[in-house]
Amino acid sequence: MKKRMNDKLLILIFSVVILAFPLILAPTGAAYPDLMQRFAIYGIFAIGFNILFGLTGYLSFGHAAFLGVGSYAAMWMFKLLTMNIFPALILSVLIAGIFSLLIGFISLRRSGIYFSILTLAFAQMSYNLAYSVLTPLTNGETGLQLRLDDPRVLDTVVDAGSLPSTNLFGLEMKHVFWNPEILGYNLQFNYGFYVCAALLILSFYISVKIFRSPFGMMLRAVKTNQTRLNYTGISTRPYTLAAFVISGMFAGLAGGLLATMDPLAGADRMQWTASGELVLMVVLGGSGTLIGPVLGAIFIRYFNSVLSQINEFTLHAWFSFGPEWMTNLLVSIVDPFVGEGWELTLGALFMLVVTFLPGGLVDGGQRVGRWITGANRRAAKAREA
Amino acid sequence: MDAIFLQILNGLDKGSAYALIALGLTLIFGTLGVVNFAHGALFMIGAFVAVTLSKVLAISKVVLDPERLDFLGNPAKIKTPYVIEWFGSFGEWMIDYTIPLSLLLTIPIMIIIGVVMERGLIRHFYKRPHADQILVTFGLAIVLQELIKIFFGSEAVPMQTPDTFTGALDIGIWFGFNPGSVIYPYWRLVYFFFAAVVIGGVFSFLRFTTFGMVVRAGMADRETVGLLGINIDKKFTIMFGVAAAVAGTAGAMYTGVNQPVFHMGMDFLVLSFVVVVVGGMGSLPGAVAAGFLLGVLESFASMPGVKNAFEAIGLPSIDQIIIYLVAVIILLVRPRGLMGKVGVMEE
Repeated sequence: MKKRMNDKLLILIFSVVILAFPLILAPTGAAYPDLMQRFAIYGIFAIGFNILFGLTGYLSFGHAAFLGVGSYAAMWMFKLLTMNIFPALILSVLIAGIFSLLIGFISLRRSGIYFSILTLAFAQMSYNLAYSVLTPLTNGETGLQLRLDDPRVLDTVVDAGSLPSTNLFGLEMKHVFWNPEILGYNLQFNYGFYVCAALLILSFYISVKIFRSPFGMMLRAVKTNQTRLNYTGISTRPYTLAAFVISGMFAGLAGGLLATMDPLAGADRMQWTASGELVLMVVLGGSGTLIGPVLGAIFIRYFNSVLSQINEFTLHAWFSFGPEWMTNLLVSIVDPFVGEGWELTLGALFMLVVTFLPGGLVDGGQRVGRWITGANRRAAKAREA
Repeated sequence: MDAIFLQILNGLDKGSAYALIALGLTLIFGTLGVVNFAHGALFMIGAFVAVTLSKVLAISKVVLDPERLDFLGNPAKIKTPYVIEWFGSFGEWMIDYTIPLSLLLTIPIMIIIGVVMERGLIRHFYKRPHADQILVTFGLAIVLQELIKIFFGSEAVPMQTPDTFTGALDIGIWFGFNPGSVIYPYWRLVYFFFAAVVIGGVFSFLRFTTFGMVVRAGMADRETVGLLGINIDKKFTIMFGVAAAVAGTAGAMYTGVNQPVFHMGMDFLVLSFVVVVVGGMGSLPGAVAAGFLLGVLESFASMPGVKNAFEAIGLPSIDQIIIYLVAVIILLVRPRGLMGKVGVMEE
């Protein structure tokens, strides 16, 4: 009988770790609010996708569309109603939900590869809609931005000369409320990250609940053997559609949060390579596991930010230990993978993970854990005996 | 009437590219049962084989001419490509006909790339879930695209079509329209005939050769063919190479229609998938028909008249999304596609 960690304990540990991010990440240099906020936002995005892909095995290639829709919805709320993020987030979740209901209803008529291709086509269609066709709504190529003459009917004008910033009932998202010096690191605690972190913990809680519920069990049954379910007389469509819509709403929430971080929504967020990156996050972390998607999202975001900053000079400094020809050789090998070449690393990583570690980081960690504790050897002995 | 005829022609060249890529996709899918997300990358690599050839042919010998001075007062540099110096007028002809000549290179290179790809990577994924196949080929597509970006830059590379085929043909007078009403670039016509030849070639290869017969038998029932003592895996590997060559040559010839750029493969890939699904997964004639159909539809939607009609009733123009709309409608009405069989690849 496999032992499973107590769910309450898991959520508690998860919450503590996430809330302590500014402290934990300080030594890695990733503890600036912007990046941590991205960790949390993409964590939410990945958790949502995992509910669809990890549980039902339906591989959607179009979730970036929901992210984009969420961003646009939030932006319109900022422009028309108020800079308070609360209504904006609610609207982005709702709109993304409706949008995913429509797309899911059509896409889920097919399964397997057809489903992937259909979602891909829908995502590309949404991208084209946002990029050119629906320009009055999305401001096309430039992207939707805040302007001074936006109505914002609920807000009182404090400073007419500058663009207002996003807030949650008066707490400004970008405001750093505590800036202590601990262990020689300058820590920054800001509201934006804690809003995202709270929502991430909430998402994680919902995902745990779904995983343990009869509904989650049904979704897993879809992945294992859908034909059998159909022959038992159960229609799987409502379940898969529900999973699709839930994951779409998570994506919408993530999109809305991205807009609260930086009030701007562009069509490039909806490109299908963005969906591909999401899939990679979930697969890298471990699809179908609870903690995997968050791990994958943090991993990818972290390396994205680290690798993008490296340039040829930093590489030369790193590899300066050997003779000059060796330095040049190493630099010329590594250089295509860093800085501008992040996409190349991403693609290569994708292939390596899918080929050698289909279970993702969580699976890899478990394997290493078993190897250390000798569980495998004991199991083998038990089989022999 | 002539406007409609022109739009049909305009749709044909894009349709040709769709049809060729979709044909390769279907071929791979029908033989090996793999959805190849890297197929667009193969199209793109073919295009860049042509680019490489044109760069190689343009390598020039530089001679300083002391008699003539450039505007800075330095001796003028006279560049003569080596091929012209070595072969004279034949060298000039080679530079002029770079794109068609590149086919000679593209075909063997693409077959090798295809076989290496199948043996080296995709072979290991036959027993894995489809999601894994999609993911690994998707990763491969990104890697190939980024490699090309590193070597050739992110700008589109201008390519010259042969002098004979530059300019446009007043094709309308052949069909009794007014002169000047239907003007069509020569190269697009060439591209269309090229696509027709390739498609015809692939079909007759499958239909009239023993090899093709075995492959078709293998597509129908792989196990039985294997039991009859035929090494079907090897034949399928070669078919993968052929599919790669079809995509590659399509890309190489397409450089004359549009300037090649590193993300062209991805742009075509998504549409080609839609084409395959509309045509019916696993059906070769379906893929070809749907390719041309969607290409023509796309060009109709971008007609000024149609755009104005849409604007008149308050809708934005739909030329960017018409293909997806049609695909959705077809999949709703006829889920197996135009010519597909029921239940192919439905898990």
